[in-house]
Amino acid sequence: MKKIYLDYAASTPIDPRVLKVLNSQLKNNFANSMSLHFFGQKAALAVEESRRKIARIINAKEDEIIFTSSATESNNLAIKGVAFAAKKRGKNHLIVSSIEHDCVLESAKWLKTQGFDVSFLSVDKFGFVNLEELEKLINKKTFLVSVIHANNEIGTIQDITSIGRICRKKGVYFHTDAAQSFAREDIDVQKMNIDLLTASSHKIYGPKGIAFLYVKKGVLIEPILHGGGHENGLRSSTLNVPSIVGFAAAAEIMRKEAKKENKRLKKLRDYMIKKILTTIPRTHLNGHPERRLANNINISFNGVEGEALVMELSFAGVAVSTGSACSSKNLMPSHVLCALGLPPQEAHGSLRISLGRDTKKEEVDYTISVLKKTVERLRKISPF
Amino acid sequence: MKNLYSKKTLKHFRSPHNFGEIKDADAIGEAGNIVCGDVMTLYLKMGKNKKGEEIIKEAKFKTYGCVAAIATSSVITDLVRGKTIEEALKISKDEIVKILEGLPPIKIHCSVLATEALAEAIYQYLLKNKRKIPEDLLKKHQIIEKSKNLIEERYQEWIKLQNAIKK
Repeated sequence: MKKIYLDYAASTPIDPRVLKVLNSQLKNNFANSMSLHFFGQKAALAVEESRRKIARIINAKEDEIIFTSSATESNNLAIKGVAFAAKKRGKNHLIVSSIEHDCVLESAKWLKTQGFDVSFLSVDKFGFVNLEELEKLINKKTFLVSVIHANNEIGTIQDITSIGRICRKKGVYFHTDAAQSFAREDIDVQKMNIDLLTASSHKIYGPKGIAFLYVKKGVLIEPILHGGGHENGLRSSTLNVPSIVGFAAAAEIMRKEAKKENKRLKKLRDYMIKKILTTIPRTHLNGHPERRLANNINISFNGVEGEALVMELSFAGVAVSTGSACSSKNLMPSHVLCALGLPPQEAHGSLRISLGRDTKKEEVDYTISVLKKTVERLRKISPF
Repeated sequence: MKNLYSKKTLKHFRSPHNFGEIKDADAIGEAGNIVCGDVMTLYLKMGKNKKGEEIIKEAKFKTYGCVAAIATSSVITDLVRGKTIEEALKISKDEIVKILEGLPPIKIHCSVLATEALAEAIYQYLLKNKRKIPEDLLKKHQIIEKSKNLIEERYQEWIKLQNAIKK
């Protein structure tokens, strides 16, 4: 049976070149980077070189990169760390968009229970945040605005330059979760006025369990993990040296190849979107037709439920994902699709198809043909 | 998605029994809510057995929903066939779950969808024919109505929350 992976937004396979680096690091660079002896110093050197590589990609300084274990941890550190520091200055209001990843939304909601005020910024039908509303929401008590750079479900890429400009003008910190876009899209933290930025390795063909938070010099932030004072005192924990080096290697490769690869992916993406929309009735695209990640497709299929679709595709050897409630813990449809204004039946019937380096046109064609049959079959059973 | 489902469940999902409509159905029952992503319509055709008792002669369904919802719909249409109203009303969600060789805990509510659609179909049938509605069935009908409204309310609240979030 064919096995086609079209869930690259969930995670990516490791790049063979990165695997080589990782293997050699695991074998040869085992020491604790805090140790003073030459073993330790070798590890420390490898970390610092990786930090430089990563910093360069977003035009940051190397000591502004804090390594963490996941994008979730980075986002928690950004939101909670800045909140705790702001409290000392008498500020207690933060703004997050309504289409953030759960780790940002849940962190913000938790802060609410700790006496903070949270505003949720609305989005239009494409998923773009309302910039006028953002300006109005910022008040004297506001310390942070957090808006996801490229949305993980619908792929919409925000105008973060404008958001950064507004935040700078109003004197509040701007954090962006760039887990889906780092190294794939152009990011310049200085030009874009970004104060904090989250990125993760396993989304760009690097190892899992390693991520970073960029924290602009001078940003007031408290650590969440206390201990040996690693990472400028912001994230105590022995450094995961091999993974850090692997992450940096993956990031450099992605950055170098992004332009060409994005062009290829966009062509495939647009071909697949057009083919689905024109050959399967009662379907529509979620997110913006152009200002979206080069590898993201999100389509609603009226009359069929997402989990059923995902399972049936999985039987045919195609791996995709859904924002359906039946696949979630709270049995509510995707908050992102609902924020766009989609009625429940359309939010339930959505698929996210995310393409990647190994995706070929034949796989796309095969997927479309399976999708057609599956939707037809499920619609026959469905009352809608 | 993990290997959540039993082989039996997947079999029913992939080749469901008795799906479709009965054009001249004697009874139609609807359960579920689009908000939760599960809606089932059950069609019944009544008849008589050799003893002359009234039985469910044919059952068909149309379901919008996940794997578990479609599989439980398929199972219940098999189960009710040939049963008297009294017997049919005794079918429990546990029986369906057992036939499916188990369901993931979060999906148990889907098996309720099928028993509720059946209860609703029988309730509507008895009501239409001005027959006596057993007290248990009446109660069940009221609970289903109430939970439908509750889900609707919960959804409206959730939408309100989403809108408040936007303010």
